Order: sequence, then C-alpha cells, then structure tokens
Amino acid sequence: MLRYLIRRLLAAAVILLVISMITFFIFFALPSNPALLACGKTCSPSRLLEIKHSLGLDQSITTQYWEFFKGLFVGRDYGDASLIVHCHAPCLGISFQTDTPVLDTLLQDFPVDLSLALGAAVVFLILGVGLGVLAAVRKGRAADKIAVGAALVGVSLQIYFVGLLLMYVFVDKFSILPTPNYTPITQDPVAWFQGLILPWATLVILFLALYTRLSRSSMLEVLGEDYIRTARAKGLPARTVIIKHGLRAAITPIVTIFGMDLGSLIGGSAVITESVFGINGIGKLAVDSVTNSDLPVILGTTLFAATFIVLANVVVDMVYGIIDPRVRLA
Amino acid sequence: MTMPPHPTDATGEAAALVEDRSEAAADGSAMAAATAIAGRSPARAAWMRLRRDKVSLVALTVSVLFILVAVGAPLLSSLGGWGPITPDNNAINPDTGNYPIGSFGGISLNHLLGVEPGTGYDLFARIIYGMRTSLLVGFLSAVLSTVVGVVVGLTAGYFGGWIDTLLSRIMDVMLAFPQLLFIIALTPVIQNSLQTNEHGGTNENLRLLVLVLNISVFAWAYTARLVRGQVLSLREREFVDAARIMGAGWQHILFRQLLPNIWAPILISFALAVPANISTEAALSYLGVGVVPPAPDLGSLLSDSAQWFLQDPTYLFIPGILLLILVLALNLLGDGVRDALDPRANRS
Repeated sequence: MLRYLIRRLLAAAVILLVISMITFFIFFALPSNPALLACGKTCSPSRLLEIKHSLGLDQSITTQYWEFFKGLFVGRDYGDASLIVHCHAPCLGISFQTDTPVLDTLLQDFPVDLSLALGAAVVFLILGVGLGVLAAVRKGRAADKIAVGAALVGVSLQIYFVGLLLMYVFVDKFSILPTPNYTPITQDPVAWFQGLILPWATLVILFLALYTRLSRSSMLEVLGEDYIRTARAKGLPARTVIIKHGLRAAITPIVTIFGMDLGSLIGGSAVITESVFGINGIGKLAVDSVTNSDLPVILGTTLFAATFIVLANVVVDMVYGIIDPRVRLA
Repeated sequence: MTMPPHPTDATGEAAALVEDRSEAAADGSAMAAATAIAGRSPARAAWMRLRRDKVSLVALTVSVLFILVAVGAPLLSSLGGWGPITPDNNAINPDTGNYPIGSFGGISLNHLLGVEPGTGYDLFARIIYGMRTSLLVGFLSAVLSTVVGVVVGLTAGYFGGWIDTLLSRIMDVMLAFPQLLFIIALTPVIQNSLQTNEHGGTNENLRLLVLVLNISVFAWAYTARLVRGQVLSLREREFVDAARIMGAGWQHILFRQLLPNIWAPILISFALAVPANISTEAALSYLGVGVVPPAPDLGSLLSDSAQWFLQDPTYLFIPGILLLILVLALNLLGDGVRDALDPRANRS
C-alpha cells in the first residue's frame, strides 16, 4: 500500500512537472511580451529594459524556466538594487500587477474556494445520490421520469444563467438575500452562510443533475446483477437490498467522479460561479489575471488547480481500494 | 424515456403514420416482415429504434430547426430587416439610459425579440447569428476532437508497447489540466498573438478557429481513452487474427476491421460532445475570452444582460432560454442516439 502510494505520488509529481513546463512555455514563449505588460501604459524604453532584466525576461526561455523551477524549492528575489521583492519557497513568481508573490494571493483566496466547494459538494452528493437511487428503484414510474427529466434540464442549463436568474429573483426582485460575498467563517458565521447561499445553490443545481444521472445509471446496472436477485430471493428487506447490497457496489464510480470534481472545485474551477457573483476566489483571480495579462498569476492558478486535480486522483485511487475490496492495490 | 411523452404529440402521430405505412408495405405477410427484419443493417436498426422514441424525435426536430435557423441566419435577418450590428436608435430611449422603448425589452413587429439595451441592436438577428456561432464552434470542435481522439486511440490501443505508454501518458497529462482555467487563459493569448501577425484588426473567423482549437485541445483525450479501451478488448479477437494471417497491413486492420466495430461508442461520444462544446463556447464568451461584442454570441449576450436585468429582464431570459432549449435538444438527441445504438444498456 505504502509503495503504491509513493509510486502514485511520484507519477503525480511528474505530471505536474510536465504541466508546469507546458504552461510556462506557452505563456512565456508566445509573442505577448510580458515585460511590456508589466510596464504598464506609461512606459519608456529604458524602463522596459530594466523590467525585462529584473524579471529575467532577457534570458533564454529555458534559463527562465530553470529559474522558475529553482524558485519552487529555494525561493527567489525579484527586482534591482532599489527595490527587492523576496518570493519565498515554494515561489510561483510575483504578480506583474501587484508585485506580491503569487502563492500568497492564492493562499489568501483559498478559503473562499474551500468554503464554496465543500458547502456545495456535501449537498449535491447527498441529494444527487439520493435522487439517483430513488429514480433507479422506481424505474419507469412517475418519480423516475420527473427526476430524469429534471436532471437532463439541469445538465443543459448554463451555470451563469442559473446564477443570474437566482440573483434576479432573490437579491434584486424580492431582496430576500444580501448580494453574495465572502465573509470568513471565523469572523461572522451567519454572514458567511448568507453570502454563500446563492453560489452554493448555483453549483448544486449544476452538479445535482450530473450526480442524479450518474448514480441512477450506476444503480440500475447494479440492480440488474444476479446477487441482487439472490438477496431479494432469500427474503432480505428491500431497504437492506438497496442500501447494503446495491448502493455499496454502485457508489464506486460515483466516488471517482466526486473526488475529481471536488479536487477541481477546491483548486479554483468554479470560475463562472465566482465571476457571476463577484466572489473573489481563485477562479475570479484567474479570469482577472487573464484580463490584465498577468502571466505569473495565470501560470500560478493553473499549477495550483492542477495540483489539486492530480492529488484528488491519487486520493480517489486510495479510497477506491478501501470501499471496493475487489480492487486491492498491488 | 426522459420526459413523459404526450399522446397527442404531432410528431408522434407522424411517426405512427410512418410506421403504419412501412407495415402496409410489408404486405401484411409474416414471411415478408421476417425477411425484412433479418435484412436490417445495424445502422438501420438503430435508426428504427431512434424513430420509435418520441422524445428523441422531438429533440431531432428541434435540433434540425435550430440548425436551419443558424444556416439561414443571413436570410432570416434580412427578412426581419435588421442586421446583427445595425443599431436602431428609435428603439432605445436615451433619457432612460438607453433602455428599450416599450414593454418586454421592446418586443414589437419590427423587433421580434426586442432590442439590446444600450446599443439598440435587433435581438432576433443577434440571437440567430449567435446560434450560428454556437453550432459552428460546437460541431467543428466535436469533429476535430473526435477525429484526433479516434486516430490516437486506435494507434495507442493497436500498437501497444512504448507507443501506447507514450500516448497514454500524454492523455493523463491532458486530463489532469484544469481545463476551463487553461482555456480561459490560453484563448486571449493566442488570439492576441495572431492578431499582431495579421493586420492588427479583429478577424472574426480567426477568433472562432482559435476557439475551436482550444476547446478540442483537451476534448480529444476523452475520445482517445474511450477508443483505446475498445481497441484493447477487440484486437485479440479472431477476426483481427484472421485479417493479419491473410496478410492485411495495419492500415487495413485499423480502419477496415477495428474502426467499423467501434463506431457506436464513437458516435455516442460525438453526439454528446456537441452540446458540451456549445456550453463551453458560451461560457468562454460569457467570461469575455471567446467571441467578443459587437460580434453576436449567446454567451456574451447573457454576460451583457447582467448589467441590465433589473429593468429589462427579457434581455436575460430570451437568450438564456433559447440557449437552454438548444443544448437540451442536443443532449436529448445524444441520449436518444445512445439508447438507439446500445439497446442492451437499458438506461431508460
């Protein structure tokens, strides 16, 4: 088990390395001239050269990557004699716009994504699996048809349309809720909850549909198995058959997808939800950095999100071995 | 299937009529009917199953309608009298902050779906041109990612060894990317770098091409993994051995022996990729990194509507609901195709 874990973590590190290289080379090699972007609108040629030098952009792209890579482990210093910005390890670079280390900004925004992801995930997992199982058990009847129809509409909905609609109804039209924002839970739990209800609802509507479909089809497949018929035939109560025999087997593919979704949500993939509601999480940071052409932040958010996706992959494989004894790890 | 079918549904009746006619053609003779069934090709059998499913038929009709509207957008908008970027200054009121004149976002005979607040563009024209963009990007990126995915998947699955290892690792990396974040970041960077090489202006077709490429860059990995899995299970079968013994080259085995056996899952993934890509394209445009105004696009219309919806909710609802219907119809059709091609799965 431990050897397998180490091997998986090594493979994950390699994938992240490749992703960092691809992202770095794409964004720093394309002719978008990062120095000019960092320099701003009032830019003299001499200042441009200075900036080029202080950001290390006058070196070859491979040297630049090496500096970046080294910075991940030992940190690095930016700037010239007059102003030095120290970027501690693991250094993801410093923002062109704010001159602060990218990782600090990311960690500062991280609680937002964590709150958003965990709050929504708990609800859509429980509701989604519940509805899916219900639909599978009542296959072909009214409850099933309603659940399946609603899920299909949910899958086809655009997340920003749902978000805008909820904003229109709950905030602007009837003023039931405050404009969504993020208050740290340690500061004011009630405001934290109120400010996140609509973003959570939006994410839940989107993912609920996916999880209902997924758990319904997974459950239907399992309910068709011989051992379910055996369990029924030997007179077990329906509840035991469905929960203990059925759901236990049907849950494995759901766990896989859930792990991946949770990982990418925590890593900042709720981009659209965040920008609809104007919540300053990592996703919004990414979109803003694209608008400002802030390359180090773009690179940083991509790597940060990729780390969570890759780690979620490893965790999912570990959990898989626990919940499904057939998949014992080599 | 997915929604309770209406017994009085017009399309359903039409389908029933067609069924009647084909039965009449079989001459009522059991023998003739039996031979007709035996002679059905898999594609024809799937089509029959699809045609019997009322929901899929409605979805197909709606999808075809949308496609016709998208193809005929220039004609339809010239019939309406307004182009997608011709402002009608008489339809908006500068005294109220350029909100449309009249109720429901200025819906009138002149402007069937109202006008855009602020600019006075005709919404009908903008929406049908927007659908053109959606469908074009959706289909092209689905075609591109499917072709690349099939070729890579076939190669990896059939040749195995280091080729498979290499290609599989590439797929792993692609699937580990935070895709939406990356596409958001990549699209403007590429668009800008291309523009500086051009005449410095905005080339709309180039923008669409970049969108298609960026959406396909990640999507192919899913198809490739699917195809690879299918090929792995097929390549040890006797018919492949037989072809090899008869001296067939790898091209023949890949494209003539293996490919025809896996076209069903490929077609299913293609059918479901189209609505997914349309959603991605609209989302990118919503975030301001896809199609940018004044070029018409459903995603950017919705993004624009956010600042007007307090006074003019119609402007939010019409594009939003039409986009929902479009994606829903294509999703339903995709589901229908899946059920028709894979009847054993018994999902409905």
